[in-house]
Amino acid sequence: MAATFQLEVATPERLVLRQPVSEAQIPAANGYLGVLPEHSPLLGELGIGELSYTTDGTTKAMSVAGGFVEVLPGHVRVLADRAENADEIDVERAEKALARAEGRLYQTAVPVDFARALNAMRRAQARLAAARRSAE
Amino acid sequence: MPSLIDIRRRIRSVKNTQQITKAMKMVSAAKLRRAQDRVIAARPYAAMLERMLANVARTAGGAEETLPPLLKRRPEKKILLMVVTADRGLAGAFNANVIKLAQRFIEEHAAGEVTLELMGRRGRDYFKRNYSNIAGEHTTLFLRTVEHQAALGIARTVIDGFCAERYDAVYVVANYFRSVVASDLVARRILPIDLPQAGAESEYIFEQPAGQLLDALLPRYVELQVYRTMLESSAAEHAARMTAMDAASTNAADMIDKLTLNMNRVRQASITREIIEIVSGAAALE
Repeated sequence: MAATFQLEVATPERLVLRQPVSEAQIPAANGYLGVLPEHSPLLGELGIGELSYTTDGTTKAMSVAGGFVEVLPGHVRVLADRAENADEIDVERAEKALARAEGRLYQTAVPVDFARALNAMRRAQARLAAARRSAE
Repeated sequence: MPSLIDIRRRIRSVKNTQQITKAMKMVSAAKLRRAQDRVIAARPYAAMLERMLANVARTAGGAEETLPPLLKRRPEKKILLMVVTADRGLAGAFNANVIKLAQRFIEEHAAGEVTLELMGRRGRDYFKRNYSNIAGEHTTLFLRTVEHQAALGIARTVIDGFCAERYDAVYVVANYFRSVVASDLVARRILPIDLPQAGAESEYIFEQPAGQLLDALLPRYVELQVYRTMLESSAAEHAARMTAMDAASTNAADMIDKLTLNMNRVRQASITREIIEIVSGAAALE
């Protein structure tokens, strides 16, 4: 049995995940953060993206957006504003959201809140990526 | 003396009422369980956020001038009071108590200027009639399950108001669920923020400067407080309604007992009277 650490993902509404994992890829604000057991304590902001984790050789994914990551000895806590397990993701809705956000970004006729549209696009992309990975 | 028929009719009507109160009690019990589950589901995040905030604040802790705006104390002249009631009545003194405490708060802070942010239709209806200084009202928050999104919206307007110095402090008056028979009705301050106490010390690598993290954490803490207040109030509301409806059902049962006794007495009296009439009629014939 490989070394593991406890991964906890919580949103304000619920605890999404709490289980021992051997490896996790976490989308921090400044890029992906790979966490293995014995990682040094770290605190940072969470970005938007796909969070994947490995237990017993199988990798699962979820989408997260906004919040914080805290790496502590023995466990990793992710406080996400939003988080969805791959099997909870509504792919159709995410695709529509992606198309809508892209449409908003690529047109110039009406002024848009660029940052907001960009975030919406990235959230949709994260959802799709997580859903796709779990479908494989 | 009421007639037998009147009493019977009365008993039937009380029985109907009792059925309704019993049903409402059952519905409230189910809703309470759901509301409680949501309070519990929100706990891990709250605990983690508090610990994180305490840790970051200790590291980032600096001079008074560099304090983030959400931690800055000012003399409390302009106060925003968030009044959290239910959207529906029939919950005993639940709403009345909130309103009473809010009013006492306003009187105690009469030196300053108190603005109200009303959450819940019951409080809205009351203060619309009796108070003029109202910043906002939200009336359908508690009809269904409490939405996190709604809490975010309210928290952001409150934070904006505080940062723009429209208010020097923000307080909340709400019921916090303790148990089915008791909830804590309190006025507590949510802005400026009182930092939670730090737990175990841990040394971090900070991905972002601690100050920047703190700036990002603080608004989330306020959002969480608002969301939690709503969840707690919702659970307390259902508990209060359940207790009230239970009491109402018991009272109805008592009333039915009394009326039944009364009815039997009236019936007995009329039978006795008839017998006397017959007996005295027979005696007159002899």
